[in-house]
Amino acid sequence: MSYLTDSSEGTSRLVMGNEAIVRGALEAGVNVASGYPGTPSSEIVESFSNVASERNLYVEWSVNEKVALEVAAAASFAELRALCAMKQNGVNVASDFLLHLVGSGTRGGLVLVSCDDPGALSSVNEGESRFFARIMEMPLLEPGDFQEAKDMTRWAFDLSEELKQIVMLRSVTRMSHASGTVTFGSLPKPGGTARFKFDGFILDPDEGAVISAPVDWKHQQQQEKVKKAREIFETSPFNTYEGPERPELLLITSSACTLYSREALKVLGVEDRVGLLKLGTTWPLPPKLLSKHLASTDKVMIVEEVLPFLEENVKILAAERAAEIGIKTFYGKNDGLIPMAGELNPDLVIEALNSVLGLNYSAVSGEYEQSAQLSAFVGAPFRDQIFCPGCPHRASFFSIHNAIELDGRKGFICGDIGCYSMAIRPTGFESLKTLHAMGSGTGVASGFGKLGQFGMDQPVLAVCGDSTFYHAVIPALVNAVHNRSNITLVVLDNSGTAMTGFQPHPGLDHNVLNEEVPAVDIAKICEAVGARVEIRDPFNLEETRRTINELMDDPRGVKVLILRQACALSPQRKHERKFTMSVDEELCLGEECGCGRFCTRIFRCPGLIWNKKKGKACIDDAICVGCGVCADICPQGAIKREEVA
Amino acid sequence: MATRQQPVKDPYNIIITGVGGQGNVMASRVLSNMLVEKGLNVTIGETFGASQRGGSVMSHIRVSPRGTWSPQIPKGQVDVVVTLEPIEAVRVLARYGNPSVRVLTNTRPIYPAGVIAGEADYPDLPTIKETLDKLAARTWFIDATDRAMSMGNPILGNIMMIGALAALEELPLDRDVFAAVLGRTLPEEKLDDNIKAFDLGVEMVNKAS
Repeated sequence: MSYLTDSSEGTSRLVMGNEAIVRGALEAGVNVASGYPGTPSSEIVESFSNVASERNLYVEWSVNEKVALEVAAAASFAELRALCAMKQNGVNVASDFLLHLVGSGTRGGLVLVSCDDPGALSSVNEGESRFFARIMEMPLLEPGDFQEAKDMTRWAFDLSEELKQIVMLRSVTRMSHASGTVTFGSLPKPGGTARFKFDGFILDPDEGAVISAPVDWKHQQQQEKVKKAREIFETSPFNTYEGPERPELLLITSSACTLYSREALKVLGVEDRVGLLKLGTTWPLPPKLLSKHLASTDKVMIVEEVLPFLEENVKILAAERAAEIGIKTFYGKNDGLIPMAGELNPDLVIEALNSVLGLNYSAVSGEYEQSAQLSAFVGAPFRDQIFCPGCPHRASFFSIHNAIELDGRKGFICGDIGCYSMAIRPTGFESLKTLHAMGSGTGVASGFGKLGQFGMDQPVLAVCGDSTFYHAVIPALVNAVHNRSNITLVVLDNSGTAMTGFQPHPGLDHNVLNEEVPAVDIAKICEAVGARVEIRDPFNLEETRRTINELMDDPRGVKVLILRQACALSPQRKHERKFTMSVDEELCLGEECGCGRFCTRIFRCPGLIWNKKKGKACIDDAICVGCGVCADICPQGAIKREEVA
Repeated sequence: MATRQQPVKDPYNIIITGVGGQGNVMASRVLSNMLVEKGLNVTIGETFGASQRGGSVMSHIRVSPRGTWSPQIPKGQVDVVVTLEPIEAVRVLARYGNPSVRVLTNTRPIYPAGVIAGEADYPDLPTIKETLDKLAARTWFIDATDRAMSMGNPILGNIMMIGALAALEELPLDRDVFAAVLGRTLPEEKLDDNIKAFDLGVEMVNKAS
């Protein structure tokens, strides 16, 4: 039994923010959970899957975020409670359906959880999902600590049912992936009966068809729901104030910034001078509550991450109420006090407060700080991200890179989203030359492949992972085939959604509930749409390289090479050590060899290190996983592999 | 080992640092669960995902008799650094260090790709020691990975580091609470090796003191 289904009310546990969200949904009696993996959201659906049978849940990893939201919405239409989880840019993918969903309205409680990643700790963007709440005209909740992550999720279902509208709950990496103590509430008995009613009058929200038309009427209904939410938010316990009655400065904040702001006030010892208004209901803003606090002071600072969402909304409200609350001086993004890019932390809030309050706080003496920073600059060499020891991507990119070099026509690779995005770095031989959204590598390649009429003669390649293939590559592949674009797509199939923790995808014969399901074959899809398909093992370097060169030379449209080898961290390979590796010090010529230390300078597997004293390559046994690939790269044959019995 | 009931400071700030793949998250979970078992509130902030892949990783652990704290420790406010890889301690002190910090260092280096390639130099252990001694109030250097490899599993080095932290007696940590927390998830045959590793960590600090 998972501790998330501990039924004793009132127990306190150390849980991750994402788990707190799951517990809140379980306390609300959620029936269906869906999503697409993406850091920092992935643990939500995973945690649901661990308690699925015990709680009678239906849980799925959907093919992408749009379908995930459609699956969750269907449960809502059938009067069940559902939650759909994704990372920030997933909301972009789901947004077309979302636009129509907010028009049609919902029935059973439906909560969309978006986990944003300010600072892009595990993203290639700092996308803002909060603005969707405004443009989609739906309520937005943001928990300010772990307890709230649970309590707010539980309440979000009630709110959704009261409004007959989807509710968005937005978390951030430092909430989702941080942990804190949470006191559990009661769990209802598992249950739920699904029935889709559609025989009523067409405009009946409970028994008519679920549609966003007639748009005029439905849109007005939708806006009435926003007004109703605004009223409800006026008295929400998730909006709190701490500080003096008439603060010198009012600090308005939400989400993880609540914890940073509270700590900053404590460090500076200004809790009796500065008020902290923490908002949990950030769209629509409750105007009466805001007015009351804005009227208590002349100076207002807004603390939030990335874009000025809260700041702009507060300013609009302050302008509308200026006659009543007086003119304010605002501090925040617009004056540059709070950065607009990157994540916040207590120190950035301290810095801003230092400036507004005219304080002079510094954490340590200038002398210590200088000495510590200099020591790190000199003594802690940069640690670049690298493919893991034994990672099939290193072998794949080694072959692709060599094929492109050998070809000599300045070919290039359009990249995609996964661990293999790191091939923009030396670990992947700096092979990727474009990198954007899920599936964009193949879409961009499809465009490049049509530029021959303008004189472009460079071979065009794209890469994608297996999970990405299903998510968004298929339409781009169809586009490339149909439009006779001349490209080579390399599918790096490592048997799972590796980057986010091996979530199953449609290519596998089991799902997240460990049920047997039909595997959808990548090779067959590619063949069916009319591409030439080859399959190789990337650990066979020479054969892979030769195949890529041959495909690049084939002028007939779209070629797909599937490089199949399980991730080194995957359950099937994690504890397997196929070979014992060693370096024959007699054969290794070190710097004297013409190879220029090919193994350690170019191949860069962390399991292969350079012994400075001996001037020879050697194996680091604590790191090497025994994949055996490096034995094939040494021109001297000095790297030896011996099969483990 | 006498066990105290409360940390010496509120909040008591710990950073566990190392390289992605070393088991940083596992170490921070085990340690935090031990503290929760003692009735303390713990807030953990950590990074995983992309940074897991061979990059520098950090867990911030805030220990307090009351309430939730920021999952990011403010600058200059760390009380103890537990480092699974030597140069990562130096990196952490640049931002979070202060003259009264204590540092527990596993001596086994993991070379950054740039060092393996010969583009950057990795300082030798005496130089790292000198740097850390200059920046910290007290340092301990523990051959945790090497000892763990001789026990057959390098990951046991992390457990030795937790034992070493317990031996500082700044937090309510002891062998019993360690065994209780691990016993919930580990089969008995594996528990023995872990307790042995914990004891070794305690012993290595006590010998050095």
